[in-house]
Amino acid sequence: MNGFPILSLMLLVPLVAAVACLVVPREQARSLALIATLVDFMLGMFLWANYDIGGAQWQFTESAALFAGFSWKLGIDGIALMLIALTVFLMPVCIGASWLSIDKRQGEYYAAFLLMETLMIGVFAAQDLFLFYIMFEAGLIPMYLIIGVWGGADRIYASYKFFLYTLLGSVLMLIAMFWMVNEAGTTDIPTLMAYNFPAGAQTWLWLAFFASFAVKMPMWPVHTWLPDAHVQAPTGGSVILAGVLLKMGGYGFIRFSLPMFPEASAQFAPLIFGLSMAAVVITSLIALVQTDMKKLIAYSSVAHMAIVTVGLFAFNIQGLEGSMIVMLSHGLVAGALFLCVGVIYDRLHTREISRYGGLAINMPRYSIFFLLFTMASIGLPGTSGFVGEFLSLLGIYEMSSWVALVCTTGIILGAAYMLYLYWRVAYGVQKNADAATMLDLDKREWAMMVPLAAVVLWMGVYPESFLAPMRADIAALDARLSHAKPHGDADVKAGTGKPAAEEHSAHGGAH
Amino acid sequence: MSSILIIVFLPLLAAIVAGLGNKQLGAVPAKVITTGALFISCALSWPIFIGFLGGHAEASVTPVMDWVKSGNLNFAWALRVDTLTAVMLVVITSVSALVHLYSWGYMSEEPDQPRFFAYLSLFTFAMLMLVTADNLVQMFFGWEGVGLASYLLIGFWFKKPSANAAAMKAFVVNRVGDLGFMMGIFGTFLVFGTVSIPAILEAAPGMAGSTIGFLGGRFDTMTVLCILLFIGAMGKSAQLGLHTWLPDAMEGPTPVSALIHAATMVTAGVFMVCRLSPMFEVSPTALAMVTFVGAMTCIFAATVGTTQTDIKRVIAYSTCSQLGYMFFAAGVGAYGASMFHLFTHAFFKALLFLGAGSVIHAMHHEQDMRYYGGLRKKIPLTYWAMMMGTLAITGVGIVDVFGFAGFYSKDAILEAAYAKGTELGHFAFFLGIFAALLTSFYSWRLIFLTFFGKPRWEQSEHIQHAAHDAHGHDDHAHADAHGHDDHGHHDAHNDGTAGYHPHESPLNMLIPLGVLSLGAVLAGFVFHHAFISEGTGHFWKGSLVFAEHTLHAMHAVPTWVKWAPFAVMATGLLIAWYAYIKNTKFPAAFVDQFGFLYKFLLNKWYFDELYRAVFIVPAMWLGRMFWKVMDQGVIDRFGPNGAAWVVAQGSRAAAKLQSGYLYSYALVMLVGLVGAISWVIAQ
Repeated sequence: MNGFPILSLMLLVPLVAAVACLVVPREQARSLALIATLVDFMLGMFLWANYDIGGAQWQFTESAALFAGFSWKLGIDGIALMLIALTVFLMPVCIGASWLSIDKRQGEYYAAFLLMETLMIGVFAAQDLFLFYIMFEAGLIPMYLIIGVWGGADRIYASYKFFLYTLLGSVLMLIAMFWMVNEAGTTDIPTLMAYNFPAGAQTWLWLAFFASFAVKMPMWPVHTWLPDAHVQAPTGGSVILAGVLLKMGGYGFIRFSLPMFPEASAQFAPLIFGLSMAAVVITSLIALVQTDMKKLIAYSSVAHMAIVTVGLFAFNIQGLEGSMIVMLSHGLVAGALFLCVGVIYDRLHTREISRYGGLAINMPRYSIFFLLFTMASIGLPGTSGFVGEFLSLLGIYEMSSWVALVCTTGIILGAAYMLYLYWRVAYGVQKNADAATMLDLDKREWAMMVPLAAVVLWMGVYPESFLAPMRADIAALDARLSHAKPHGDADVKAGTGKPAAEEHSAHGGAH
Repeated sequence: MSSILIIVFLPLLAAIVAGLGNKQLGAVPAKVITTGALFISCALSWPIFIGFLGGHAEASVTPVMDWVKSGNLNFAWALRVDTLTAVMLVVITSVSALVHLYSWGYMSEEPDQPRFFAYLSLFTFAMLMLVTADNLVQMFFGWEGVGLASYLLIGFWFKKPSANAAAMKAFVVNRVGDLGFMMGIFGTFLVFGTVSIPAILEAAPGMAGSTIGFLGGRFDTMTVLCILLFIGAMGKSAQLGLHTWLPDAMEGPTPVSALIHAATMVTAGVFMVCRLSPMFEVSPTALAMVTFVGAMTCIFAATVGTTQTDIKRVIAYSTCSQLGYMFFAAGVGAYGASMFHLFTHAFFKALLFLGAGSVIHAMHHEQDMRYYGGLRKKIPLTYWAMMMGTLAITGVGIVDVFGFAGFYSKDAILEAAYAKGTELGHFAFFLGIFAALLTSFYSWRLIFLTFFGKPRWEQSEHIQHAAHDAHGHDDHAHADAHGHDDHGHHDAHNDGTAGYHPHESPLNMLIPLGVLSLGAVLAGFVFHHAFISEGTGHFWKGSLVFAEHTLHAMHAVPTWVKWAPFAVMATGLLIAWYAYIKNTKFPAAFVDQFGFLYKFLLNKWYFDELYRAVFIVPAMWLGRMFWKVMDQGVIDRFGPNGAAWVVAQGSRAAAKLQSGYLYSYALVMLVGLVGAISWVIAQ
């Protein structure tokens, strides 16, 4: 794979298709979009298959100087590879979810989606600081359009809120980037990741990046754009928003904040922990009282993302790897849950939980998938949700038992709000005649559900496939962070141990 | 290929085939596949157990595949078989196979049978994964897997709101325990650097006396870890405080209650404590907690059991109480006795539940014992099966001669508690003795109310409906007439039967009852040598802590201690006989006299009300408050909405330049880009 610019090709395919979508007849736009995303998916799998685990840290690198030191530099490590795989996997699903439900301006709609795919892959593949920034910020424009044009009744308010929040963060981040480039004399991300910024400056740089990533994540209390954005977005938009866009915050922390500002990260870890603990408890409780399905899942996303942030700032391998798996898993599971909502929204055109009920009777197949994704969201072992949650929480326990305890209450609250949702939607009697006549999954919906379910189980039973490519990168990051690592609160002090004789008699029965 | 792989994975395979095949597959193939799989698993399990019984089998671990590798944390899917596992294997596969068979008859009118059998087999798989776990995380996998199956089976009749509520309650309350279990695993990994059970158990004695920082304080390391893990056990095994889900779980079909909520899943906590016994042995504080919680649960559940009128709930509280015995046995270090009681209890409690199912089947889904009576002659085989179960649970037997199953195991537990010699041991002993009296009372009460006396069936709505249909009344004319006991036919049956004729259950339900009766009669007599006698270390082979001195102390207890269980058993029987056969007005008079006590027990010590007021209502209130007041009232108001207001006020003129937010956003980006480029050029 030397020299062939596969990453550029992956960026180009959706971009060309996006332009084509604007010119072809509107009925053909969706087929074109599907083909383009499937081609990109194949390319992504090809990328994964050719990724050399244990090889160079940065692979598939390409570089072309543009102007004034600004360059087209792409390259991926294992972390980026996994997030790109997630992106290309979810995109065809999003197109499928939009297949019938989008009936106005199809050309523009699919063009926006394809453009977004280019920009998302670009975020994960960029190795130039400003290239990253452009991709990172520009990726929001198509999302903004998708909500604002194809969204629900309050789409203007939602897209506006989305815009305001992200604007604030990104301006600060941009200023910080200028300073960094000036200080280090390069825009090359791998170089910057190894650059030791002065401790005093790190504080301000960290906060500037934090402003942007915390909003994207989203962390409590700057999360309030998310429920509105999800509720108003069309199904495909929600899937990609929950599936990939929310991961950009986490990716930002792991790519920038942690390796570039290790001391500041250690210094601000308590802030992260505080906000994350608040998020787990508060947003879970809020999810418990929601009557709108999408809002419920949106709030649950905030709680899950808090597990990501505590894991990232646990300063150990389990925490970091756990966070990555939570991100991948949440991308699949939250995406799948929004898809599940979309399936019944398409039939009844309401997100009100009370308008459904007893769907296990008339939609048994749907109910099985919904149950699987609900259980994955709850973190049942054997599904992807467990592996990440377990590793993250195990990681943070090493740092602080308090934080671990508070965040682990998420497993109780998560079970409560998800099972309560499932009960009201799938179980009970068929109290609404229109909901009772809804048909079970059709072939298109099967085609979207089955791959998601398969990967959720795969990641739960054999996560090694997903951990292996990231192992070396996480280890490198862990080594980089080691000197700044704060002390944990456990601090085991050895005791006397049991006298050998007594131990002997305790096992005496074995003689 | 090792037989353990077939034992564990065949039920999973059957569950997948039956579950996904569902209605396309049809009820009979689904039943044949799942039941067949379980009988094969059962047939393969007994030779393993007998191998350990003979003392020549060795512990083994069969690797399956990698699971998670993360830094120095590494755990794999693997199946461990040692004596402790072998005991659980025969319990699980035997009861499960019999319950599968029994369900052929019990669920025969159910339209959704493949789903039911798939869930049952799925449960069995998860339970087998739990007991064969070689590391704590796989144990947790099984732990949660049985929780899922329990959730699905309690809520099997998902149209009933009460079934849904019970299913959700079971899952969520168990999750409270799981919080402890997970924290325990985290802590164990932190301390030992591994989650492998054998490695932890080997290293545990070396941690005696060490301290750990936890939630801001400093505590004994092993005490913290063991208590955290024990909280998990309390949830799964419905111990006092986290017991509230178990009685409600009776909403599930009765075979489920027999398999999951009596014989197997609820004993997982006991299994866990025994499996990790070398850890618990290092912390006397944790063992004291296990003893105390076990003893309290034992007495609590027994007191509540005396007042319940639903036949299944009586048995559910009885289960809860018996689990308490198992725990305090473990707490006083008699792990062998604890596991022995688990073993015998599985047979006689499954028998009692399946017997109750047979009664319910005969009585047209009526579960209230107040509307039973006089069933001895109508369903004699069920009666005798229930009698065997009752003789076993009340511990009928003569010292050194013969006893029913519970006689050996329960007496051993009580002797061990007394022999411990500590105050806490005596506390557990006396509570246990009193609970044994209550056990005898409520068990015989159940028998007398159900099978003796005169029929009281006419007050039951279920029976009225059944009798009504049987008499060929025109259903359409009386479809919604609730007053049909005024009809003429009623006068013809003033014997309390309402003209209803209960029928004995079909053969596929009676065979499991017969086999389990055999277990209830003989399990104690046949196996007590292996489990709790001299030289039993050869049987356990170090799979749990077995101290010979405990055994000697048990044999050395005073004679009155040996006979006390017999005495209280007889007393309980006499009281029940007096109150429900001799002088049937006595219970009502007692309730009049002690109304407060009766209400307190009838309402289960008001735990549900307390939890509702302390947890559920505040959680909902907080959720609404955080949402409406904090998110919308504060964050949005002063955040985006406030910013919008400022922008709108301050820049009306400037805003005219821009027609949409998108453009302003793009502009900011452009400005940024230009800035970036100029910066670089300027250098």
